[in-house]
Amino acid sequence: MVNKAAISQLAQKIPGKVSYPVRIMEVCGTHTMNIARFGIKQLLPTGIKLVSGPGCPVCVTEESDIDLIQELARITGVTVFTFGDLYRVPGSGGSLEKLNGEGADVRVTVFPLEAVYYAEQNQAREVVFIGIGFETTAPVAAVMIDLVRKKRIKNFSVLSFHKRIPPVLMELVREDNNYIDGFLLPGHVSTVIGTDDYQPLAKTWSKPGVITGFEPVDILEGIYAILEQISEKSCRIEIQYKRGVNKEGAPLAREYISKYFEVCDTSWRGLGVISESGLAIRKNFRDFDAFYRFNPGNRIIKRAPIATCSCGEILRGVKMPWECLLFGSVCKPDNPVGPCMVSSEGSCAASYNYPDRYQDPSIMKV
Amino acid sequence: MTQQLVEELFIKYFHNSILDSGLDSAMLSLKAGKWAMTTDSFVVKPVFFPGGDIGKLSVCGTINDLAVMGATPLYLTCSFIIEEGFDIGDLEIIVQSMNSTARKDGLTIVAGDTKVVERGYCDGVYITTTGLGIVPNGINYSPSAMQVEDRVIITAPPGAHGLSVFAARNNLGVEPPPQSDCASLFSLIEPLNSLEVRCMRDPTRGGLAAVLNELALKGRKGIKIDESLIPIDSTVANLMELLGLEPYQLANEGAAVIIVSKKDAERALEKLRGHPLGRKASIIGEITAEIPGQVLMITYLGTERIMQMPSGVIIPRIC
Repeated sequence: MVNKAAISQLAQKIPGKVSYPVRIMEVCGTHTMNIARFGIKQLLPTGIKLVSGPGCPVCVTEESDIDLIQELARITGVTVFTFGDLYRVPGSGGSLEKLNGEGADVRVTVFPLEAVYYAEQNQAREVVFIGIGFETTAPVAAVMIDLVRKKRIKNFSVLSFHKRIPPVLMELVREDNNYIDGFLLPGHVSTVIGTDDYQPLAKTWSKPGVITGFEPVDILEGIYAILEQISEKSCRIEIQYKRGVNKEGAPLAREYISKYFEVCDTSWRGLGVISESGLAIRKNFRDFDAFYRFNPGNRIIKRAPIATCSCGEILRGVKMPWECLLFGSVCKPDNPVGPCMVSSEGSCAASYNYPDRYQDPSIMKV
Repeated sequence: MTQQLVEELFIKYFHNSILDSGLDSAMLSLKAGKWAMTTDSFVVKPVFFPGGDIGKLSVCGTINDLAVMGATPLYLTCSFIIEEGFDIGDLEIIVQSMNSTARKDGLTIVAGDTKVVERGYCDGVYITTTGLGIVPNGINYSPSAMQVEDRVIITAPPGAHGLSVFAARNNLGVEPPPQSDCASLFSLIEPLNSLEVRCMRDPTRGGLAAVLNELALKGRKGIKIDESLIPIDSTVANLMELLGLEPYQLANEGAAVIIVSKKDAERALEKLRGHPLGRKASIIGEITAEIPGQVLMITYLGTERIMQMPSGVIIPRIC
């Protein structure tokens, strides 16, 4: 599970590698969680700052998109299947959980294919699967549409908010190229997309990027590899997570994505509209596109202003969660203001659930 | 299902001289001394889960609440809210398991009530139990008795009941399905009454994390635990890893957290490990003067973090 000896060896190798401070962004929410859970920041020299990125799928979902899902769930005869992370995220009028209490039929699923089987067995219901996630979950939605076509199921559709990781990273460095010195790139997303799409990060923007696994030792190795690149003054996309990722990614999964999805512009919570950062269902499969089936609202590019919480700055790694005024007081996991506090991959949830008194001294106030 | 049918079922299994007298109240002749009394409602869904059912759970839950106060459970009352149309065969299984669980610990079910409500007004069956037990002289368990350097023991790996119900509720489809640890703790912890025990708690809702935080707050002391000493159930650990969650916030229904003096800690552990429910018992930490009201955990890596009071429901991650 956790190789303590390997970790302490690595942790000792890390200091002295480069001139500090160095700011490293862990893109993926699962990295954020494990960094907090295992107290990994305590193993690093103070000059290395780990900041969380926009890699928690629920956290980057616009409030207006949540509202769309709710609008759809309110339609009589509709059954909505969603991943659990989304269930408690507040929209402008409350969460899906609240809606369920009001009589809507919203079901949390761990195995998405369940939605297809449910549609098959309940043909009087309109079944909608909420497609939230990155390149990791998009193939799942594609496989579902494929299965539905084969089974000639007519009462199933996907509401796709799928997003792509590389464009948002390019956007972050384009906006401010001095802020982040290197990227711990997500393991699972890269299993699908491989290394190609990240290349501009190194070649155009001169950022080291290391695709990293999720165990503590992986994360430390990833950080170490970034520091090595910085000290060599080189920039490339490396794979630390070799047991899960290869250069080419997973061609079959990508085939499924490109068969059913096309690249579109989409809006990210706190970050705004980023071109070519979304995946919409292709026009020839509109029968399975909940946007067109129900026309609940404008397809994309609806940016909801976030007046209350510091989501945008937190998702860009500019603010730490506890620097948000609402953190831990108004905004808690059982009464979240923003999705970062709800999602099991959210950086606010990570900081709240796994407090580190060396990072956030306010936690010691009883 | 008629009220009469239900009542006949209860008499068939629960019968004893006090219940059989059929009076409006149970007549009890109680010894002088200190008595512990507790009540709890059970609404678990699904009603049958791997390792138990709502009947067994309702009796064990009440026994355990008495046992962790050092009490010997003696009497139980139970009240049923049953949804119209609930299967009478299922109800019989539930009543049977309540009966056998209660009798095993010498507990007498002295009064009961049933209400059948219209379909849709409750979800299958809800059970409320109240338990009465006598506390031996000199036993006065309370978090305020905790002293610095006292040891913290957990009697079983965290999370088995919570995971079992979570898996059943979310159709996780894991084979074999994870088992609940639902069990009466009385025979496990009663022998500890002769030692310097400060207090005990059974980590049900909110799991180990909630119990430790409550103890720290109520006892106004810090608790420092070592993650590597917490016993692990590999099924729980692996599934939780897959879901991106930790077992510390998941409920047990057959484990206790025990605060015992440093001097008696090893003896307590020995007694616990000699019992089938306590084989994996472990000393996981100690009471400290530092960080009063909080729980500090030394992680597997030797780093530390605050173990937070659980908040919200558990939800698995997307990927």
